[in-house]
Amino acid sequence: MLEMIRQMLNATVGQIVPAAWQAQTVEVMLIVMQITIILTPLMLCVAYMVYAERKVIGSIQGRIGPNRVGAFGYRLAGLGQPIADALKLILKEIIIPTGSNKFLFVIAPILSMAPAVAAWAVIPFAADTVLADINAGLLYVLALTSLAVYGVIIAGWASNSKYAFLGAMRSAAQIVAYEIAMGFALVGVVVAAGSLNLGQIINAQSGSLLHWYWLPLLPFFVVYFISGVAETNRAPFDVAEGESEIVAGFHVEYSGMAFSLFFLAEYANIILISVLSAVLFLGGWLSPFEGVLPKSAFTLPVIGSVLGGGIHWLLLKTSLFIFVFLWLRATFPRYRYDQIMRLGWKVFIPITLVWLVVIATLAKLQITPWFN
Amino acid sequence: MFEQIIFYSFGTMLLLSALMVISVRNPVYAALFLVLAFFSTSAIWLLLRAEFLAIVLVLVYVGAVMVLFLFVVMMLDINLARLRAGFMRYLPAGALVALVLAASMVLVVGGEGFNEIRESGLAERGPAYSNTAELGEALFTAYLYPLEIAGAILLVAIIAAIALTQRAKRETKAQNPDAQVAVRRQDRVRLVKMSSERDSE
Repeated sequence: MLEMIRQMLNATVGQIVPAAWQAQTVEVMLIVMQITIILTPLMLCVAYMVYAERKVIGSIQGRIGPNRVGAFGYRLAGLGQPIADALKLILKEIIIPTGSNKFLFVIAPILSMAPAVAAWAVIPFAADTVLADINAGLLYVLALTSLAVYGVIIAGWASNSKYAFLGAMRSAAQIVAYEIAMGFALVGVVVAAGSLNLGQIINAQSGSLLHWYWLPLLPFFVVYFISGVAETNRAPFDVAEGESEIVAGFHVEYSGMAFSLFFLAEYANIILISVLSAVLFLGGWLSPFEGVLPKSAFTLPVIGSVLGGGIHWLLLKTSLFIFVFLWLRATFPRYRYDQIMRLGWKVFIPITLVWLVVIATLAKLQITPWFN
Repeated sequence: MFEQIIFYSFGTMLLLSALMVISVRNPVYAALFLVLAFFSTSAIWLLLRAEFLAIVLVLVYVGAVMVLFLFVVMMLDINLARLRAGFMRYLPAGALVALVLAASMVLVVGGEGFNEIRESGLAERGPAYSNTAELGEALFTAYLYPLEIAGAILLVAIIAAIALTQRAKRETKAQNPDAQVAVRRQDRVRLVKMSSERDSE
């Protein structure tokens, strides 16, 4: 498929661009195409995740949720709601407060959006289906997720508002604290898999459901997911927004599309954390039936490809984590700030440090079935 | 050609942003320009196929150190006029430091270790070559003792920094989570049985 498009592009580009530039131009065009293929569904998912969130939380709280906006005179259970919301936000005016730092005020939403989508470059969607198959993939993801905090800090500072600034300060301290626990959890994954490449980490988990890293790395799995919730500033760790204390935190002065960029970034980050949890601890695109069903089952015409590994399993596992995000928001009250810090520094980091020693020992002794 | 364009654009960006770090008036801008400088450096390292170093530079310096820098710079009300007043007075000392740094860089880059690279260029390796593994192996075999000593020094620095903040007697109030968790219903609620009384006459 990719080769076919490359040849077609080569033929057409060769007539327009000088020969010395042809290879690079085709390469850049291919990458842009692949980015579009990844990001368009992602943005749609983000829009409909907002809808899913309102429906799920409504259902948990015994309400119906959005059910009015449909299309062409049909209600369609409110499926038109995200489109209507997006249109409304696009048409609204972006108000820049007086005394704010105009340049930074405008650039902050972009800074929070860019890392959230750039990290998708190294996510393996299925065997050998990845935009950038780089050796240090996990480090790249960790570096990019640690950049998300800049959007928040700069937005809070540039707004020239005390509520926004308080939100930014809270968020910065929180993200820096949980990044350490998150990093240690990922170090555990690297020790277990012996590679920083996400595709190889998935391959190292193959075997059966019990070979996936959720079992041997259970403490890391729990710590990673909870730190992920804290990194994305989601409930119960959403003190950066804290609507009851500081109105809406760092984005209180934003309106229209600038506000919705923060919103999109938050949900893109949630999906990213969910995908990463699925890739690192639930075997990514590996099928749960592997090792349970006989090998011949996977060679059946249609059923075999459904039962076998593929992108659908990754999507299913990701959806599971996204649902947990929504579930947490609907059921837990907000953490107190000192408790958040205590959990990050005094509970998670010691847990990960201890389990790192355990995992290193297990890997050194090559304990089967995980390390061999 | 393609690589050179990328190198020169990031190189220009690096020099310009480094210049802005020391010349711009607003300290928050200075910190943000430093972030940009780190990014440009990281891009140049990526051009050299040093992906581990490039990503770790972003992860450690941009993701953690500069966040704390920004945090402090935003919180403090820095008086710029006073900072600028001493410029001429400190110029000789600054120039001396700059000279020493430049001289040592010339000695290192012009020295023996870089001869091979200057003559034959960087060795090309395939995409399967992981310089992360190579670096780790070198650090934990040939350079194990220097690594451990550096780690111990950093640990001492961490402990010293924490000890400095704990020196004064702690006067802020804080909850004791263990005591909070251990609380039972009987500690807080006392049920009193009373006979009902008549309404007021």
